Amino acid sequence: MTKRFAVGIFEDEDVLLHAIENIRAAGVKIYDVFSPYPVHGIDDALGIERSRLPIAAFFFGMTGLAFALWMQIYMLGFDWPMIIGGKPHIALPAFIPVAFELTVFFTCHGMALTFFTITGLYPRPKVPVIDVRATDDKFVMAIELDESSSQFPRLTQLLRDNGASEVNQKEMTNK
Amino acid sequence: MQHVSAIREPLVTGGKTLHDVTQDICYQVEAKPNIRWMAALSVALFFLGVFFYSVYRTVWYGIGEWGLNKTVDWAWDITNFVWWVGIGHAGTLISAVLLLFRQKWRSSINRAAEAMTIFAVICAAMFPVLHMGRPWLAYWVFPFQNTFGSLWVNFNSPLLWDVFAISTYFTVSLVFWYIGLIPDFASIRDRAKGTIAKFSYSMLSFGWKGSAKAWSRYETVSLILAGVSTPLVLSVHTIVSMDFATSVVPGWHTTIFPPYFVAGAIFSGFAMVLTLMLITRVVFRLEDYITLEHIALMNKIMMVTGSIVGVAYITEFFIAWYSQVEFEQYAFINRATGPYWWAYASMMTCNVISPQLVWLRRVRYSIPLTFVLSIIVNIGMWFERFVIIVTSLHRDYLPSSWAMFSPTIIDIGLYLGTLGLFFTLFLLFAKFFPVINMAEVKTILKYTVDNGPTYNPQKAAHAAHTHQPAVGAPASAPINYTKHD
Repeated sequence: MTKRFAVGIFEDEDVLLHAIENIRAAGVKIYDVFSPYPVHGIDDALGIERSRLPIAAFFFGMTGLAFALWMQIYMLGFDWPMIIGGKPHIALPAFIPVAFELTVFFTCHGMALTFFTITGLYPRPKVPVIDVRATDDKFVMAIELDESSSQFPRLTQLLRDNGASEVNQKEMTNK
Repeated sequence: MQHVSAIREPLVTGGKTLHDVTQDICYQVEAKPNIRWMAALSVALFFLGVFFYSVYRTVWYGIGEWGLNKTVDWAWDITNFVWWVGIGHAGTLISAVLLLFRQKWRSSINRAAEAMTIFAVICAAMFPVLHMGRPWLAYWVFPFQNTFGSLWVNFNSPLLWDVFAISTYFTVSLVFWYIGLIPDFASIRDRAKGTIAKFSYSMLSFGWKGSAKAWSRYETVSLILAGVSTPLVLSVHTIVSMDFATSVVPGWHTTIFPPYFVAGAIFSGFAMVLTLMLITRVVFRLEDYITLEHIALMNKIMMVTGSIVGVAYITEFFIAWYSQVEFEQYAFINRATGPYWWAYASMMTCNVISPQLVWLRRVRYSIPLTFVLSIIVNIGMWFERFVIIVTSLHRDYLPSSWAMFSPTIIDIGLYLGTLGLFFTLFLLFAKFFPVINMAEVKTILKYTVDNGPTYNPQKAAHAAHTHQPAVGAPASAPINYTKHD
């Protein structure tokens, strides 16, 4: 499937933020904005909701904690109880370090895997990008065009008026 | 918008633009390896060879190749283990704790410091694994079922806690580091010319495009990973110290150990970060990113943690006297005045006295003095672990079994060998990975006060004509910049 984009290039993050606000106010839907670093305030400007990843992190952590406690209590308390230094089989204070470590382990790896999955990050041999300068020094705003690209001249003007230094048309093929 | 005081020292000097950052950091990845790098790598590879030979001897002939005896049954191996793990701690401190405290200066050193953490933990792990004698059965430390080993593992043992602590620490650091690397790999990918480079960095960059939503999630993930890494890093050396503190050996059985070890770990770690950074900034010409200010700040942290360590040494002595336990008292008097007095004296000089020189501004801002100091601290911290381990063991309850420890050539080879392993990994990292977190440096670029170029005279002349931001305007601002807020 081929998509067409009007691509506005911005030089400065503040100009970009104002442009996003104005362009959205003009009723144009922004497809995506690519930047070389996280721009503060862009979430609000683009209307991106606050990520729910912290909630996921909490549940991963709880899973790790529950797993660690279950594992230690089951193994040393029930499956094969051993007397170690005359201590109780289920010596909870001694189980704290492993329980803590596994909580962190599950939180971190659960979070990382969730992040990779929902963001669609995985190793791939070829990465098509709208503008290669987006990972260098430019802020790139992409607005999707329809089949005929009839809105392009109007969008060019809109982007220019809002401080874009360059406006290009670009086709991206998604396989 | 962030506000930065005009009297604050710039975090990045040289009037850099966003493109300059990409250019400067990617340069050494894209350029042919320079001769200094090749020379350093050959030395490191030689010591890596020493490492493999020592491992071969240890595994083939057994632990008898080491200088351990019946009395001193832990010596260089565990000393090296604790030393390496400790060095790793500075990386996590910089990447996690300083992130939570919003210390922006960490941006230009965190990447290399985290790499140092990972490589140091790899080196550390070699020692307990080799000490097992049969490293191919190392997985027995994990809770596998009966048929694999004997029974379950003992969850009451601090040595087992260490297994969980170190493996969690290693994998978490690796993931944290890699997530930070993804946007920078994307920068390199989008500049890459050659087919192999394009392919490799495409794979490494996981298809990162820098879209707004991805960045938003990226920041959330970084913050949470920093949040969990902070208690993690404290727990790791706490648990390492419990290997000693939960025993009943006089000199080890001390409640002060966890905080004392954590402070010592950060102390030695910062010393190692300084050693590496002072070399890296010169070899890769990164003086504009790792400035004298960075060096002074790291020196200050080294001084604070060094002073905590000094207080801990004195507290230990006081408590030995105050406890009225004669074994404890003997252990400490023997430490300072016994046959290992020289180790104790080196430890005190290197760790307690030498970092106090940092109070002097002249020392704090001096590159050669800082370099020497960082090496001295590394030596001192190695002696600290040696003193704790060997002097506590060598005179036990039975005077007939008192002994001294002398390392064999294999002991020495293994230690130097892990240094070789560490530097090989670090040099490869420095060549093929971006040594400075470009994306993060770019975020601070606009908000750092910069009165112009310092290091590169050519650029300075160029910038003087073209680039003169108005007073109070950010350094990287275009000439027609107008302040919004």
